Amino acid sequence: MVIVGAGECGLRAGLALREEGYVGPVTLIGEERHLPYERPPLSKDILTDEQLLPPRIVRPTEALEAAGITLLLSSKAVSIDRAARRAMLGDGRALSYDKLLLATGARPRRLPQLDRLGERVLYLRGYDDAVALRGYLDRRSRLAVIGGGFIGLEAAAAARQRGAAVAVIEAQPRVLMRAVPAEIAEVVTARHAAAGVDLICGDGFAEIADTGNGLGISLTSGRRLEADAVLVGVGAVPETALAERSALAIDNGIAVDETLATSDPHIFAAGDCCSFPSPVYDGRRIRLEAWRNAQDQGALAAKNMLGAGLPIESAPWFWSDQFELTLQVAGIAEGATNVVRRDVAENAFILFHLAPDGRLLAASGIGPGGAVGRDVRIAEMLIMRRAIPDPRQLASPELRLKSLLAG
Amino acid sequence: MANWIAACAADDIDEEDVIRFDHGGRTFAIYRSPDDTFHATDGLCTHEKVHLADGLVMDDIIECPKHNGRFNYKTGEARGAPVCVNLKIYPVRREGDTILIELD
Ligand SMILES: Cc1cc2nc3c(=O)[nH]c(=O)nc-3n(C[C@H](O)[C@H](O)[C@H](O)COP(=O)(O)OP(=O)(O)OC[C@H]3O[C@@H](n4cnc5c(N)ncnc54)[C@H](O)[C@@H]3O)c2cc1C
Ligand code: FES
Repeated sequence: MVIVGAGECGLRAGLALREEGYVGPVTLIGEERHLPYERPPLSKDILTDEQLLPPRIVRPTEALEAAGITLLLSSKAVSIDRAARRAMLGDGRALSYDKLLLATGARPRRLPQLDRLGERVLYLRGYDDAVALRGYLDRRSRLAVIGGGFIGLEAAAAARQRGAAVAVIEAQPRVLMRAVPAEIAEVVTARHAAAGVDLICGDGFAEIADTGNGLGISLTSGRRLEADAVLVGVGAVPETALAERSALAIDNGIAVDETLATSDPHIFAAGDCCSFPSPVYDGRRIRLEAWRNAQDQGALAAKNMLGAGLPIESAPWFWSDQFELTLQVAGIAEGATNVVRRDVAENAFILFHLAPDGRLLAASGIGPGGAVGRDVRIAEMLIMRRAIPDPRQLASPELRLKSLLAG
Repeated sequence: MANWIAACAADDIDEEDVIRFDHGGRTFAIYRSPDDTFHATDGLCTHEKVHLADGLVMDDIIECPKHNGRFNYKTGEARGAPVCVNLKIYPVRREGDTILIELD
């Protein structure tokens, strides 16, 4: 078994192969030089902590050795000979496989017009990116963030916590336009504003120029900003280069079926790099960039590489931490016509998104710490069951949401 | 040396649920299982320091509210990513309506 991509998903798949009792060779190929580590802290603790923390590795070397997983770091898979079932590495090595998993993740969407500005233009995907960004986060520095999505906002919050001056430039009329409803975006906006983040929505950059000791940013509205660095957070694109070169079907990511098999039955794909038919949403093809999905699909891919033939079951689930707030979204709200609000604690609420037929499609919540976690999790289970909950019960904080699971 | 502390009344916890109990600068989580037994663990998740009492109890499992890490609250065993460090458990005794836990 060969796995390309030593991120959350690839490693989970490797470990799961062993948990499933597979005893043959497992090789995990990773382009980065670090042991597999968690990405979510990169826009959180790794930026805010007083000390520069090391990458938060998922399993130490000894655990990988004990599991009999051969880890090839700083190695890139450059091509696949599908007929001979061999994966070729950059250094010329060839690895034979029975089944191959592509867990190649995603990379930040780049703004090539900014390349000429050099090191002051930053992206955030890997540990080394976070270390570079950290270098600009102190009381004297000014950071401009392009894009009011999750990564941009988390980095902006972290930068403020370290005392840097921060402006966020978002082209849409509000932040998190596609990801969360306006009511939740308002809470996020207010929290950032209270912390002194300059949130500029409905505006974009017309030009960014090197001023010798910084960057001068002209906005389309005519406003001008100065910054020591610009963080570009305008979304991610699935890493499909290897799959494309191998002529696998691509459709907003490596296209897989409900068992995570690509158009080649010996090759599977999972995690941020793949698009799949979502069972909960009537087979609609979606692609997620979410940590738990990477875990779940890694585990499922392992089973199916061993022939289990199991379909994807989980519903999308995502969280984001900004300041003391945690935001969680389960499901996909698209198509919802009715929104019901449940106040779970002071400053913590959940919005339930219901389809015209009353089916629960999604739940999004925001609040301090773990305030919304339990109810969003219960909502997720209801979503997977395609439940039609009573909106009045959803809205009623006295009713334990868990009682709806009994029905 | 046994150090039993009265933590709560049995009725403070619903069946298949959990509450938070703070004592001596520490925080614990106390559980009531579906078969009506009581259990206690450290209050914070071993992944990030989040109160497990805000989490969801299902059978023998407590699910962390932050990233859905799972523990068996009867044994403390970590039961699924992202948690891989077990949770410390404490002996629990019921005396009438009072739930006591033994601290070290
Ligand atoms: C800054 C940041 C913060 C995040 N915060 C959250 C959060 O709060 N909540 C949440 O739910 N999700 C969050 N995410 C998303 C989550 O981290 C991803 O969904 C998850 O990492 C996806 O895992 P993956 O294994 O599919 O891909 P990745 O983690 O991207 O791993 C893919 C790996 O494959 C390697 N690779 C690619 N091509 C090749 C090749 N040809 N040969 C060898 N190696 C290759 C890459 O170098 C990479 O190491 C965050 C992501 C980032 C970047
Ligand atoms: S904080 Fe509990 S699982 Fe992450």
